[in-house]
Amino acid sequence: MMQTTTPTQTHLPQVQEPRNDGMPLDLSWVRSVQANTSAIERRAVTLPGRRSVKKDHQAAWLCKAISLMDLTTLSGDDTEGRVRRLCAKARQPVRADLLQTLGMEGLTTGAICVYHDMVPTAVDALRGTSIPVAAVSTGFPAGLSPFHLRIAEIGESVAAGAEEIDIVITRRHVLQGNWQALYDEMAEMRRTCGTAHVKAILATGELGSLRNVARASLVCMMAGADFIKTSTGKESVNATLPVTLTMIRAIRDYYMRTGLRVGYKPAGGISKAKDALVYLSMIKDELGDRWLQPDLFRFGASSLLGDIERQLEHHVTGGYSAGWRHAIG
Amino acid sequence: MTVKDIFDTMDYGPAPEDASDARAWIEARGGIAGHFIGGTWDAMRADFDTTNPATGERLAGVTKGTEAEVEKAVTAARKAQTKWAKNGKTRARVLYAIARLMQKNARLLAVMETLDTGKPIREARDIDVPLAIRHFYHHAGFAQLMDDEMPDVEPLGVCGQIIPWNFPLLMLAWKIAPALAMGNTVVLKPAEYTPMTAMIFAEICTQAGVPPGVVNIVTGDGETGAALVNANVDKIAFTGSTAVGRLIREQTAGTGKALSLELGGKSPYIVFEDADIDSAVEGLVDAIWFNGGQVCCAGSRLLVQEGIAETFYAKLKAHMDALRMGDPLDKCIDVGAIVDPSQLDRISSMVAQNTAGDTYQCGAPDGCFYPPTLITGLAPSDTLMQEEIFGPVLVATTFRTPAEAVEVANNTRYGLAASVWSENINLALDIAPKLVSGIVWINGTNMMDAAAGFGGVRESGFGREGGWEGLQGYTKPRGKPTPLKTPVTFTSDDGTPADPLDRTAKLYIGGKQARPDGGYSQPVFNKSGQLLGHASIANRKDLRNAAEAMAAAKGWSKTSGHLRAQILYYIGENLSARADEFATRINALTGGRNGKAEVETAIDHLFTWAAWADKHDGAAKGVPIRGVALAMNEPIGSIGVLTDDTRPLMGLIEPLAPALAMGNRLTAVASHPFPLAATDFYQILETSDVPPGVVNILTGAHGDLAPHMAAHANIDAVWSFSTSDVSKVIEARSAVTLKRTWVNNGTHRSWPSATWRAQATEVKTIWIPYGE
Repeated sequence: MMQTTTPTQTHLPQVQEPRNDGMPLDLSWVRSVQANTSAIERRAVTLPGRRSVKKDHQAAWLCKAISLMDLTTLSGDDTEGRVRRLCAKARQPVRADLLQTLGMEGLTTGAICVYHDMVPTAVDALRGTSIPVAAVSTGFPAGLSPFHLRIAEIGESVAAGAEEIDIVITRRHVLQGNWQALYDEMAEMRRTCGTAHVKAILATGELGSLRNVARASLVCMMAGADFIKTSTGKESVNATLPVTLTMIRAIRDYYMRTGLRVGYKPAGGISKAKDALVYLSMIKDELGDRWLQPDLFRFGASSLLGDIERQLEHHVTGGYSAGWRHAIG
Repeated sequence: MTVKDIFDTMDYGPAPEDASDARAWIEARGGIAGHFIGGTWDAMRADFDTTNPATGERLAGVTKGTEAEVEKAVTAARKAQTKWAKNGKTRARVLYAIARLMQKNARLLAVMETLDTGKPIREARDIDVPLAIRHFYHHAGFAQLMDDEMPDVEPLGVCGQIIPWNFPLLMLAWKIAPALAMGNTVVLKPAEYTPMTAMIFAEICTQAGVPPGVVNIVTGDGETGAALVNANVDKIAFTGSTAVGRLIREQTAGTGKALSLELGGKSPYIVFEDADIDSAVEGLVDAIWFNGGQVCCAGSRLLVQEGIAETFYAKLKAHMDALRMGDPLDKCIDVGAIVDPSQLDRISSMVAQNTAGDTYQCGAPDGCFYPPTLITGLAPSDTLMQEEIFGPVLVATTFRTPAEAVEVANNTRYGLAASVWSENINLALDIAPKLVSGIVWINGTNMMDAAAGFGGVRESGFGREGGWEGLQGYTKPRGKPTPLKTPVTFTSDDGTPADPLDRTAKLYIGGKQARPDGGYSQPVFNKSGQLLGHASIANRKDLRNAAEAMAAAKGWSKTSGHLRAQILYYIGENLSARADEFATRINALTGGRNGKAEVETAIDHLFTWAAWADKHDGAAKGVPIRGVALAMNEPIGSIGVLTDDTRPLMGLIEPLAPALAMGNRLTAVASHPFPLAATDFYQILETSDVPPGVVNILTGAHGDLAPHMAAHANIDAVWSFSTSDVSKVIEARSAVTLKRTWVNNGTHRSWPSATWRAQATEVKTIWIPYGE
C-alpha cells in the first residue's frame, strides 16, 4: 500500500468544549461576508466525487452518522405511542446482531427531536440513557407567533426536560437586512435557554441567497447560538450541499476569529447513507475531525436511519438488504 | 483497525480504483504501445518504457517512431484525405460513433490515463475523459454542419499533431476532433511518457468505422516529433513547452505549413478584497493543484489585494493542509504523482534555487511526488514569478489597486489564461478585457468546453482550440493562390526629373513626417526613366521608432468601432477627393493604366472596412454552466506589414483598412519599387483625424526590414504580402517572441473578409458564471 499524506491534525481532543457565549454584533464583519453562489455550487457538485469511503471504513462512518443523528418526528399526528416507539429506536438504532458483528454495541442516535408537547414522553422514554431530548420551539416552523409566547415556549420546554432547543429565526429580519433585530431575538432566545443548548434554524430555503445564509449564520453565532441549523424540514428546499458549505464556512470564520466552536446541523432532505458520507467528509475536510462529535454536528433526519441500516447489513452479510428486515422507529 | 477504531479516528481508509482491466488490456496487446498506421497496427517495438510514475512500475514498452515510419503514416494520411473530405455528414456519423465508444470505454480510459500520468483517478474520471468525449460530440456536430454552413472553406489536408503528457486523451481529442470534422486526416504523436490512452483510442477508431489512414498514431519521443514536423504535412498543431514550440516555429518557417501552438503559461489568479474569499481559495485548489499544477493554464501566479492578503494566505494554507496526496488510483486523493522523475527534478531545483519570499509546503509521499507549495511575498522581479514551474507550486504577491493588478498580471511573457475574483460586476468586467490573455475566468478557474475557444497570446502561442474559432485552424478559404511576380524597378541613366521641383518623401512615423535615420534615400523613376522623386530608405531604427509610435497609440485599440468606422469613411472620402491625383501617380509609378481602377478599389475597400469596424461581433457560447462564455474579438495590437508591392496604393490600403477597423495600430512598409503613392497618402492620413502613431509608413527594402519586424518584441503580428522572399525569415525570426505571422510565400490571393477579420483579431474567451 502506497503511503498517503493525511491532513495535519490541528484539533486536540477536548473533553469539554467552551460554550459559545457570543460577542457584540459586528456589523462591518457581517456586511463584508460574500458568498458567490455559482462558485459554491460548482464546488459542492464536485464534493461527492472527491471523497470515497469503503468497506470497514464505510461501516464505521455510517455508525458515526447514526451517533450524530437527531432522530426526528415532527408531525401533527404524533402521539405518545409514536414518540415512545421512536425513542426505543434511538436506544437501539440498529439490529443488535449487526452491531455485535460490527463491534459497535451501545451505539445510539445523537438525540431525539420532537415538538414541545412530546418532550415529557421522550424524556421519560429515554430515562437511563444519555440520549438528550431536543424540542423544536418558538412557534416552529414559521416562527411567527407573538415573541413573548415564543420565549415562553422555550422556557416551558426547558422546564419539561429538553436539553436542546431548536429555535427558528424570524426570516423577515434577514430578508430586510435587519441584523440588529435578528441578533437581539437570537440573544434573548439563547438567554432563555439557560443551560439547554440552542440550535438556530435559519430556514435557508426562505432566505433568498447564500449571502443571506452566510450573514444570518454569522449573526446567530454572534448572538450565542450553540448550533446553526439549515431548515425546519418544512420548507420546500431544505439542507443542500451549497448551503452546508456556506454555513460551515461561517462556522470556520467564527472559530478563526473567536476560538469558539459552533455546531452545525443540516436538516431535511438527507435520506441516503451515501449522502450522509458526503456530509461527514465535508465536515471533516472543511472543519476538522473535532466537529465529527455529537456536541458539534447533527443530522436532522427521519428516514436516513433506515437506509443506513440496510447498508450496514449489506456490509455484514454481503447481500443487499430490505427495509422489512429492520425495526421501524 | 476495527470498525470501532475507525469510528473513533474517522480516517478515510483506502478507496482504490481497480486497475486490473487496464493492465489486462495492455497485456492482451503484447505489452507494447506502437504505431497505428493506415488502419492497422504497424511497428511494435519496445524501444523504451512507459511507467506508472506513482509506483515506478513499467506499464509497457513504447515504439520510437523513425523517420521512415512517420513518412509511412503521412503517406497513409495523404492517401485517405481526399475521400474523407468529401462528405461532412458521413464524417459526423463517424465522430459521433467515436464519442459513443469513448463513453462506453470511459472507465478503461480513465484508469489507463491515471496509470500512465499519475493524475488522480477523480480527475481522469470526472474531467479529462468527459471533456474529451464532449469534444467529439461537439465536433461531430461541426462535421454535420460544415457543408451547409461553411461552404467557402476546405480542409487543410494532412495535419501533424504533437501533444503533451499532462492531458494525453483530452489533448488528443482537442487535436483530432476538429481536424477530422473539417475533413483533414491526421498523424498524431502522443507524448513520450504517456502513449497509452492513444492506443485505446486507435482501437476505438477501428470500431467506429474511421476509414484506414484517416487517423494515424505514431509513438515516440522528441526525435519522432521532429520527423513529423519535417514531414510532408500541411499543418503542425503542437501543444507543449514554449521552448519546443519555438523550435517548431523555426523548423516550419518558410515551408508554407500552417501552424498552431498552444504553449506555456504563468496565468494570474487575481483576488480583489470584495471577493468571496473562501470560494477563491477553493478555486485556487483547482487552479494550481489540479493535475499537480502540470497544466498550461494553471493559475500559478496569485495576486491578492493587500488588505486581505494575510487572511487569504491563512485560509489557503488551511486548505492545503487538507489536501490528500498519494496513490492516484485512490478515489480519495486530491493530488497525484508528477509525470516523470525528470519533471520532479526540474520542479525541485527551481524551488530550491529560490531564496525569496516565504515558502509553505505540505507533506508528500516518497517517490515521484512533489508537495503542494505556496511561496508568498514574491515580487514580479523574482524568477519564480516569471518562469513557468509546471508543478504544484503557487507563487504569490500583492497589489494595491485594480490598475496595479492589471499591471502586475500583464507583466509576463505569457498570456494564456487569467482568473478574476470579485463580487463587483463592474470591476470584474472592467478587468477582464484589460488582461493580456486568451482566456479569462471570472469567479472561477480552469473552465473548459468544446464550444469555447482555448488558446493564448504572446509566448503562450497562437491559434484557438474549441468552438467555431477553433475550426479556423483546420480549414482554409477555397481557392488557389497565384505566384506573385516581382515588378520591374525602373531605372534611368541620366536621372532627368519629370518635375523640376525636388520631392523627397520622408517616412511617416507617429503622425509626423520624419527623415530616415540612415540619411539615405532612393530615386524613383517612371517607365521612361524620368525621376519621379526620392523615397527615404528606412532602417531598423526607423522601424523601432514606428514600433514606439504604435505602442504610444494604444488608445486606438480602446476606441469604439463607431469612431473607427467614421475615420475609415473619412479616409475614403479624402482619397476620393484626390482620386485623380492618386490615379495619375499610380500610372506614373507602374507605367500602367490601372491607376483609376486601383484608387476606386481602395476607396471601396476603405468603405467596406468602415462598415465592418462596428460589426465584427463576438459571440456568447452555449457552454454547459449556468453562465455565459463570451468570445470577444480583440485587436491584435501592433501589426507590421510588408505590403504587396505590385499595387502602389492598394498594397497599402488592403491590409491597412481591416487592421485599423479591428482596432490595431499598423506600421506598413510601402511598395519598394513604387513607394510614392503610399508616401502621398501621408496627407490623406493627416487630414482624416487618424491619431498619431496608429498608421506608420516606411519605405525601403522589404528584405532589410522584415527580420527586424519579425523579431521586435513590441510588434504583435507581422503580415507579408511582399514580392520579396521574406516569408521564411519572418516566420523564423518570429520564433523569438512567438508572435502571430501571416505570410504569402511569394504568392497572391484575394482573401475573403473573414480571413482578414480573423487575422486582425484575437478571440478572448471570458467565462462569466452567474447565479444568486
